[in-house]
Amino acid sequence: MIESLHHFFGNWITQDVLVVVFFAAVIGLLLRGSRNERWQRAWKFMKGDRLGLAAGVLIIGYLIIGGLDLLQISPTTTVFDWLANDVVGLHDEPTKASYSAPFSTHTFSTAKPEPLQFPGRHFLGTTQIGKDTFIQALKGSSTALLLGGLTSLIYLPLGILLGISAGYYRGWVDDAIQYIYSTIMAIPDILFLIAFIMVFGKGVGTMSWALALTSWISLCRLLRGETMRLTERQFISAARALGQSHWNIITRHLLPNVMHLVLINFVLGFSGVVLTEAILSYLGVGTPIGTASWGQMIDGARGELSREPVVWWNVSAATVALFGLVLSLNLFADSLRRAFDPKRS
Amino acid sequence: MFSYLIRRLLYAIPILFGVMLITFLLFFVVQPPYARARAILGEKARPAQVQQWLHDHGYDKPTYLNTKPGQHLFDSLFVNQMKRLITFDFGVSDKTSLPIAKTFKDGVIPSLCLTLPAFVIGFIMAVTLSLYQVFIRYSALDRFGVFFCVALMSIPPMIYMFVGQRVLAMQLNYFPAYGFDLRGWQTAKFLLLPVTLMIVMYLGNDVRLYRTIFLEEITQDYVRTALAKGVPQSRVLFVHVLKNGMISLITLVVAHLPFLIMGSLLLENFFGIPGLGNALIHAIQTGDAAMTNALVYLGALFYLAGLMLTDICYAFADPRIRLS
Repeated sequence: MIESLHHFFGNWITQDVLVVVFFAAVIGLLLRGSRNERWQRAWKFMKGDRLGLAAGVLIIGYLIIGGLDLLQISPTTTVFDWLANDVVGLHDEPTKASYSAPFSTHTFSTAKPEPLQFPGRHFLGTTQIGKDTFIQALKGSSTALLLGGLTSLIYLPLGILLGISAGYYRGWVDDAIQYIYSTIMAIPDILFLIAFIMVFGKGVGTMSWALALTSWISLCRLLRGETMRLTERQFISAARALGQSHWNIITRHLLPNVMHLVLINFVLGFSGVVLTEAILSYLGVGTPIGTASWGQMIDGARGELSREPVVWWNVSAATVALFGLVLSLNLFADSLRRAFDPKRS
Repeated sequence: MFSYLIRRLLYAIPILFGVMLITFLLFFVVQPPYARARAILGEKARPAQVQQWLHDHGYDKPTYLNTKPGQHLFDSLFVNQMKRLITFDFGVSDKTSLPIAKTFKDGVIPSLCLTLPAFVIGFIMAVTLSLYQVFIRYSALDRFGVFFCVALMSIPPMIYMFVGQRVLAMQLNYFPAYGFDLRGWQTAKFLLLPVTLMIVMYLGNDVRLYRTIFLEEITQDYVRTALAKGVPQSRVLFVHVLKNGMISLITLVVAHLPFLIMGSLLLENFFGIPGLGNALIHAIQTGDAAMTNALVYLGALFYLAGLMLTDICYAFADPRIRLS
């Protein structure tokens, strides 16, 4: 699909393998979680929450589309491309084409409209280089998924490890970890992201690192507090009295009891990544130009909206797609929070 | 109380040092001055030109310690940079060679013109709306309100600006579409739209947050007592709960006060308001590392100032902290 992703993964077969492994790992973790009694109780509660379930289904839809667009069947086409072109019959215009309005038969030009190769088939119009807007808007979910996935792969282990260590060991470990995150927190998020990307150069990898370095802090603080509360509880004292090792206490007793917080934080973090990508792309330090991302499409609107007549379909399609994902993620996170903690809220 | 504040102030020093270290690593080690010179002067610049530029900006020193014979050991990039930041001497911009301090001074007023009204009006609106939501809590309207807040939060800020400029300014001609003018009534005319947009952008998040805080407050015993002795619910909410909830609210809000000076990146750039946010975007676009560095450092300073203000507010609001 996108050049920049190729460079990132090396080659397309590695990319496929990594995507499959990532999805398998996520499903595995969720299955593992479903054996936990607390998670089962939460699931029972969630079954009654129709809004939350609807949001969850929509998120799965986005994940499937994004996943299909990350799975490549050749260096230039993805499973999603194949589905769109050969199964559904949606095509991009040849590259020399330009904007065309939804359902139109000619390119969007008052001076010299040229006939399209696929007239009337672009029901959301085309982009500046003749790509079908509907396909591009759907493809945006793959960039969102990739960024969100990479960011979480970095920040979740970091946040869990440091948060639990700080809360469990306390003392100088806690002081050191607190110092590190207070320092990073002192730099406003958006400034840190901009400075980091400006210095290390634009790209999906840099951006994931930058986002991860700002995201782990909220998770770490959350887990630190929760671990501190848990270590006061009797089941931890009992485990200590029975002579269990630190490692066992952390992995068998503490971790399962904080994993629901990690899940909620992960869902919220994902929505944050999607929104931040759009803002960073708008500021000119986002995903590289040419990436099929919602941020790039929204950024393009600056020029498109000042044209006469207005090119409105690209920014609208990207906004609706982004809004759908972010809204469902936020609602789903709310619903999870209610399900795991029915007393509050 | 005094010793408590001194302790908090001392705690800020290592953090400030850490911030300086991070900005130094980013702007001097990862991206050495030589690369900056190339970026500013262009690929075609002669080596002598680059050397001259580095010398003019004081970037031709060793990175950490100056071990060259006959020179002062601490005459290095790192130590000089530290000294300059501590004394608020930000030097000159990489790109324009104008003093950075002047850019700051010029940017503060326009930034505050935008953020201060938006902050005050937005805060009052958010408190009122969230209290009303608590008043009708768990009703259909309240639940719709929460959903609406989440929806407002899920729209990228740029979209508000596009729609605001397109529909309100250009189609309906209610507001000027772009520009800024610091002359009484003119200023207000230009600012009306950006201020409105800024309020709307943050409203969803704030109302939802404040609602949670007030909801927590109404489970307290004093609320039950007040209701039991027959105080009407509206009075309990808008007097008792509001007063007590304000303590947690103000400490939350005060931390944001210093950031008002930094303005708003997106709004200032989009509507052409010459504030600090606009200066930062300009610095990013022109690759002006000195300016970006200074602004990042300033942002951290404001954050720490906000932290201090919060502590002071806490100490005023909660006697337990004052006495401990």
